Amino acid sequence: MNWAVVVPLLLFIVLIFFIGFWANRSIRLSKKDFMEEYFLGGRQLGGFILAMTMMATYGSASSFIGGPGVAYTEGLGWVLLAMTQVVTGYFVLMVLGKKFAIKAREYKAVTLTDYLRSRYESHTVALIAAISIIIFLFSAMAAQWVGGARLIETVTGIPYTSALFIFAVSVLVYVVIGGFRAVALTDAVQGSVMFLGTLVLLIATIIAGGGIDTIMQDLTAENPNLITPFGAELTLTPAFVSSFWILVGVAVVGLPQVTLRAMSYKSSKSMHRAIIIGTVVVGFVMLNMHLIGVFARPILPGIEVGDRVMPLIALEVLPAWVAGLVLAAPMAAIMSTVDSLLLLVSSAFVKDIYITYLKPDADERRVKMMSFGVTGVLGVLVFLMALQPPDLLIWLNLFAFGGLEATFIWPVVLGLYWQKGNKYGAIASMVTGIVSYIVIDQFLSQPLGVHSVVLPVVFSFIVYVVVSFGTTQEYATPVVEQSR
Amino acid sequence: MEKYDERFKVANREALIGVGLALINFLWWFGFAYGLGSKPPEEYNYIFGLPAWFFISCVGGFILMSVLVIFVVKVFFTDVSLEVKDEDNE
Repeated sequence: MNWAVVVPLLLFIVLIFFIGFWANRSIRLSKKDFMEEYFLGGRQLGGFILAMTMMATYGSASSFIGGPGVAYTEGLGWVLLAMTQVVTGYFVLMVLGKKFAIKAREYKAVTLTDYLRSRYESHTVALIAAISIIIFLFSAMAAQWVGGARLIETVTGIPYTSALFIFAVSVLVYVVIGGFRAVALTDAVQGSVMFLGTLVLLIATIIAGGGIDTIMQDLTAENPNLITPFGAELTLTPAFVSSFWILVGVAVVGLPQVTLRAMSYKSSKSMHRAIIIGTVVVGFVMLNMHLIGVFARPILPGIEVGDRVMPLIALEVLPAWVAGLVLAAPMAAIMSTVDSLLLLVSSAFVKDIYITYLKPDADERRVKMMSFGVTGVLGVLVFLMALQPPDLLIWLNLFAFGGLEATFIWPVVLGLYWQKGNKYGAIASMVTGIVSYIVIDQFLSQPLGVHSVVLPVVFSFIVYVVVSFGTTQEYATPVVEQSR
Repeated sequence: MEKYDERFKVANREALIGVGLALINFLWWFGFAYGLGSKPPEEYNYIFGLPAWFFISCVGGFILMSVLVIFVVKVFFTDVSLEVKDEDNE
């Protein structure tokens, strides 16, 4: 085992533990409602933490392991594709913006499902939401755990199962005890690690490759397509690459893990800061992480498994102990995604199903037990699933992504800005989104040359608007806010 | 009621700004990538060692968006209270 690499990684995990314990203390001391504190950090996030937790939740195994691996194979065309994510840095917070934060407070919403239930005054909407969160995010989580374990396996040489076990225990401990506050704080640490790790690795890779000019010449000599926008085999068409603007760009607005953060911040000042920091950090990390993947090709030719490019290049171009620190970055990315997904799925069970429907009169002690318990049990379940890992990490992850986006984007966004949108429209739109996404993804793969998420997003939009126009809903509490 | 209207007006305007920025971002990204990148690789120009299409579309686009976002937030975004108004506070 390579101790010089392992020690910094271990130190990183220990640090994360401390944050978990610290956050647990502040949950116990807090006078606020336990649920709001555990699942939403008491709505007290500042700008820096908000930006970092957004970025870290979103920048997952696919951006640090899968993405650079594909960039290694496809060349600059894949970096171009990755840059469609810059938009998330500002778009999500600007579009959901203040209105979503205000409404969530007004409804006392702790989860996206809460928000939808209050907006549409419908249990059907809430149940569809809770169930699709549980199914889709559970599979996304499994993909991330596989990534985390693969990384530990590559770096340390520990067998996959033990690596998975180490990863699972480290994540579970701090999420279970610390809740959202621990997740957000560790995300901030993890985000900073990602930022610095990217910078160090980029510089080292450029030096090892003999400068950007030389790297570009080597790439051109090997295959000139690598430096075009069209990919190594010229398979990346403009339509396909542009459709990622929807998948990983603007439609991210509908992802529950993202919307949750848009209701967790303290003030509009923190939101303003988060928009600026988020844009810069997301852009920087996405651009450079994927560039590293491309630059790695002439330095380490012939890597077969894309997921191993990142760890191998770090070990190649950096002294061992620095490589350990830098590899903490993808580790951080994976942990920070998993932690928020875990908490989100847990909140879907505890808050959206158990308390709302099964036991509305549960006392605080019982709620606490359930929250800690369900989070723990879920973690163990994901662990069991990840023992038999599926091969293509990035696609599994994107499947969950697309499914959730097609389900939630219109009920959330139009529900916020279009008063006429009602529960019938929302239900029809969610069902259309899920069903058409699964059908298209399974049977058509890229209809009209675009990613399979595009059409379901269009369909669910049309359905939402048409059905809302065709029906009227009586609200128990009249919607008065915007009209004078 | 007055206050409510004001806050949502601000929010609506800022959401539209977000959409506008995304459009600019897309046009810049798409235009330079495929406008300059579609010729054969032998004819590429290079900026700081990177192909010009890539440098302007991705590196330049990122810098442009960062500057625009900072400008827009500092100049056009307004501070509002997010809390529930007094009358329906518990």
